[in-house]
Amino acid sequence: MDKPFAITLDPGSSLANRTGSWRTFRPVYVDRLPPCNAACPAGENIQGWLFHAEAGDYEKAWLTLVENNPLPAIMGRVCYHPCEGACNRGQLDESVGINAVERFLGDEANRRGWQFAPPLVSSSGKRVLIVGAGPAGLSCAYHLRRLGHQPVIMEAARHAGGMMRYGIPQYRLPRAVLDAEIARLIDFGIDIITSAKVEDVESTMREGGFSACFLGVGAHLAKRAYIPAGDAARILDALTLLHDVEAGEPPLLGRRVIVYGGGNTALDVARTAKRLGAEESIIVYRRTREKMPAHASEVEEALQEGVAFKWLATIKAADEGEVMIEKMRLDEKGFPQPTGELERLPADAVVLALGQESDLSLLDNVKDIEIINGVIQVDDNKMTGRAGIFAGGDVIGGEKTVTAAIGHGKRAARAIDAWLSGRTYAPPKKPEIATFERLNTWYYSDAPKTVRPTLDLVRRQSTFDEVVGGLTEDNALYEARRCLSCGNCFECDNCYGVCPDNAVIKLGPGQRFRFNYDYCKGCGLCAAECPCGAIVMVAEEI
Amino acid sequence: MHEQPIKFYQTGTFTVGNRLLPPEQRTVQSRIKRYNSLNSGHRACQGCGEALGARYCVDAAMEAANGRLIAANATGCLEVFSTPYPETSWQLPWIHSLFGNTAAVATGIAAALKVKRAKGERRHIRVIAQGGDGGTTDIGFACLSGMFERNDDVLYICYDNGGYMNTGVQRSSATPPAARTATTPSLEGALGNAFGQGKFLPEIALAHGIPFVATATVADLHDLEAKVRRAMEFHGARYLHVLVPCPLGWGFPSHETIKMARLAKESGIFPVFAAESGEVVASAPIRRKVPVEDYLRPQKRFAHLFSPTLNLAALARLQELADRNIRKYRLLPETL
Repeated sequence: MDKPFAITLDPGSSLANRTGSWRTFRPVYVDRLPPCNAACPAGENIQGWLFHAEAGDYEKAWLTLVENNPLPAIMGRVCYHPCEGACNRGQLDESVGINAVERFLGDEANRRGWQFAPPLVSSSGKRVLIVGAGPAGLSCAYHLRRLGHQPVIMEAARHAGGMMRYGIPQYRLPRAVLDAEIARLIDFGIDIITSAKVEDVESTMREGGFSACFLGVGAHLAKRAYIPAGDAARILDALTLLHDVEAGEPPLLGRRVIVYGGGNTALDVARTAKRLGAEESIIVYRRTREKMPAHASEVEEALQEGVAFKWLATIKAADEGEVMIEKMRLDEKGFPQPTGELERLPADAVVLALGQESDLSLLDNVKDIEIINGVIQVDDNKMTGRAGIFAGGDVIGGEKTVTAAIGHGKRAARAIDAWLSGRTYAPPKKPEIATFERLNTWYYSDAPKTVRPTLDLVRRQSTFDEVVGGLTEDNALYEARRCLSCGNCFECDNCYGVCPDNAVIKLGPGQRFRFNYDYCKGCGLCAAECPCGAIVMVAEEI
Repeated sequence: MHEQPIKFYQTGTFTVGNRLLPPEQRTVQSRIKRYNSLNSGHRACQGCGEALGARYCVDAAMEAANGRLIAANATGCLEVFSTPYPETSWQLPWIHSLFGNTAAVATGIAAALKVKRAKGERRHIRVIAQGGDGGTTDIGFACLSGMFERNDDVLYICYDNGGYMNTGVQRSSATPPAARTATTPSLEGALGNAFGQGKFLPEIALAHGIPFVATATVADLHDLEAKVRRAMEFHGARYLHVLVPCPLGWGFPSHETIKMARLAKESGIFPVFAAESGEVVASAPIRRKVPVEDYLRPQKRFAHLFSPTLNLAALARLQELADRNIRKYRLLPETL
């Protein structure tokens, strides 16, 4: 007893008092699915790659991006970015310009010569036939290669790219960008054989020793509509026109061009016609602007370029120098009905853009593949009725975009990988969506979107130069930093800071945090003040 | 719309930390090795604003004093929950004074250090005193005013939770008008605490003309740490008044402590400003203005203003108090 007078106990630390026993709810860190990722048809981890871009580590951002999509520079130009439509920031000020940052990363990779990370697993030696070097085929080949297989792409056209080359005009996708991303895939170890049309899938597979096959032949045949036409009427189809322009042999269209249809292809043709010198380029569509399947941004750009629209109209007949159109009205179900009211429009050429279908003659000798209305039927894993033959892209219908095709290719590649080893692919369970209500938006700086510069009007009407410009590094970084990181910890230290009980342990950069349940009283401040909603309070079992 | 170049940092300085900020701009609280001057295991209620505010302030003062800091602490929640014998949560030299004399005790420590320095002590040791609003604005007021008037070299920090919470939520002179406490009931049509009484101590401190006076809340850590840092640059008497919401005494869920502090600031009912040598030099502007009702409605201590009938007269008077702060401290851009 050598303690001072009246002192009987040693001084102790309050650490002896485990206040964690007070708790009735415990905080738990979670990762939710950001709405952008959920909306991406190619299944990109957008929040994941933006996280690295925010810190200015563009190469890491690009490497994270290409884990899901090998074509970011293309994607950053032609994707209709459903991610931005789903972006939670849209409810705060404006959605994050994800597509613009993606394009910046893709261009940066091309400029600096970044290469893919080597395949995840050593070579399996299994050869997979891929028919068609469009986005679906390229994506499937890339993911198969990552999984250690040897894909061989056979492409009927002279160059790889599919609709990205023969359907999308150069002012939306410069060919140097397309070529650079295809070249990187070839460097990655993918064989692309061009001018090699597959006539019969079964025999090609047998002769080439292929263990599986992916059909990504696209839809290159124009649908026709019967229009009574005089001998002198000049009627073309959209795909042939776009193909000829790409081949450097643009057709003569005259001064007044009428484009029949309401999809993106119709807009591509109308805008291309302007660039080929047409004074008037008019889109005739049987329904209204709101009902048009084309994307609003493209309609807007076409209007800016002086493309005219005839809504609620069908073409009844075509003759030399003019067409006869009939006005339509929408019935209560929203379907167009004829009114009998006719009008003549002067027209030197009519271009039909009424949709596309696939050339499926290569499947004539394949049994068990179901084809309905020209569309190959596949299961969730993109496998057809013939085991080992998979399909994706425009050939399986649905949303016919480059992005969707890339998603199909990825899913098919994973399914093929599983099938090759006798398994059935089961995708991992998706976490809950990180909804806007779960965010604490107080913590984000106010910052409206950086809009990409567009070429001035006169210049874009007469040339095939790219219309939408890219971001500079400064504004790409700014745009990336507008990401709210919905549902995924971005290490803002709020939980670590606001805990009155020091019960959050900071593990260091990139390591996130851990709760110290010995002292956490379960007050819930960390969850309430987490900006991105990455903490939930879970009831304790008592 | 203008383009904002590279200076945009996603969450800027709103969050506690930010991996995108240069290290020197990050908070003391965001560091892996922070002082944790008030350690885990203390017995404050869940979501205690005072425990949070005390760690924020003392850690920041420790940082400014290179870890050479002595604290005197008035009786009150902070003292009771941090040091039940024989345990202590404090990781710095700390003394518990009486309820009313902590300013005087700190003055004595500062005087002793002055003597020690005269006798050759070469370390630069600083002193803080801290207490709740009861120990500061009521019981300790005489000692505090004396400390101000003599300009003793002490930073006094008042954690204002608007009442004597530790002893069962009794009224203090910092309790806001119309708030229900154990001693200002709202029964039978009574309004709660009366209008026109009490005092706003930061303005009284200002009137002493001491080197530094500031207010802060636990909702804005960067602001709070900057004020502690600035205060520690001065010698002489300094006063920091921090709003620390009390889930128990105010009657709101424990996870809303910071939200309440934020609403107090954004409504203007609690003005956040800094003054040097008797003059206000800076105000923290309101970012997203809210009516004072948004701040009052979630708190049970104001429930009688909303049911059984809406007390529009009382709400209007409280709104006027907020509007007066906005004018007086220029809390909105248009009041500049």
